[in-house]
Amino acid sequence: MTDDNSLFDYVIRLADDHLILGQRLGEWCGEAPTLEEDLALANIALDLIGQARSLYDYAATVEGKGRDEDQLAFLRYERDYRNALIAELPNGDFACTITRQFFVAAFMKPFWHAMLNSKDATLAAIAAKALKEVSYHLRHASEWVIRLGDGTEESHRRMVDALDEMSIYTGELFEMDDLSKRMVEQGIGVDAAGLEREWRTTVETVLSEATLKFPEVSHMQTGGRAGRHTEHLGHILSELQYMQRTYPGLTW
Amino acid sequence: MTEVTTPLWEVFIRARNGLSHKHAGSIHAADSEMALQAARDVYTRRGEGQSVWVVRSSDIVASDPVDKDMMFEPTATKIYRHPTFYEIPDEVGNM
Repeated sequence: MTDDNSLFDYVIRLADDHLILGQRLGEWCGEAPTLEEDLALANIALDLIGQARSLYDYAATVEGKGRDEDQLAFLRYERDYRNALIAELPNGDFACTITRQFFVAAFMKPFWHAMLNSKDATLAAIAAKALKEVSYHLRHASEWVIRLGDGTEESHRRMVDALDEMSIYTGELFEMDDLSKRMVEQGIGVDAAGLEREWRTTVETVLSEATLKFPEVSHMQTGGRAGRHTEHLGHILSELQYMQRTYPGLTW
Repeated sequence: MTEVTTPLWEVFIRARNGLSHKHAGSIHAADSEMALQAARDVYTRRGEGQSVWVVRSSDIVASDPVDKDMMFEPTATKIYRHPTFYEIPDEVGNM
């Protein structure tokens, strides 16, 4: 346990990544191209929200100020959310959503794998559960990337557009600021920068089977870890937070 | 999505070791890999399965309902085929 807020801040980042991505992906529920995919995407969204719950619950314990997972998830302001920008991006078309999930899952799988060795027993336990879930997320997204990329002329074109749209948000996943470095030094956190090579190999292997290429990116977007978000996050939060703000303390 | 690009598949799920796969329903998918994923996503959300089979619906050969009487009626009078005339010794226990 650290004597500053580092652990809390670190866990909140992870929790926000999963809550916001899960909420975003959940928007497909009832709207997906087929019934099969509707359930598949909702399943993945629920996995992500389940991971977020475990993380918020742990963050609340670490903070020790009497806040619970609901208050952390629903009652903070936009600038207090520390998710990577890629989590909050609009779903776009199906190719866009699949590309975003593919990029994130290809990162989170080795991330959780590394987290298994964390000195923090709670984070290691959350990682063990999440690793099984994210392994399927990666497989699901990869199979779709291959079929869309190597599918029809239209699906290929949409995948090319989606890669252009999403690739500029991938750099942020590997950023190591002071907080991340402190967490690694203490044996708690994961060296995200060290995962880039593995991520790149996973991504390029799948893209090459899909007859696609990772685009040249001259400038990566950043800001989420410091609370500087795209204009999309506020809209997600207004929907996400509505119930708790209208009926404070509401439970199921 | 048309029937041609995403044909119908029948889904069979085995709930536990020692049980047989049971028909759970059907799904549409482009190929076997996607069919397996869709079957998992649609039919094993509540811990129903340990193993999943998918089979192209068009590969299943089914009896014709018209032949029902010829195929199945004759067994109705052959009650001696049921093992109900045997006494099970107590030592055997449940069977």
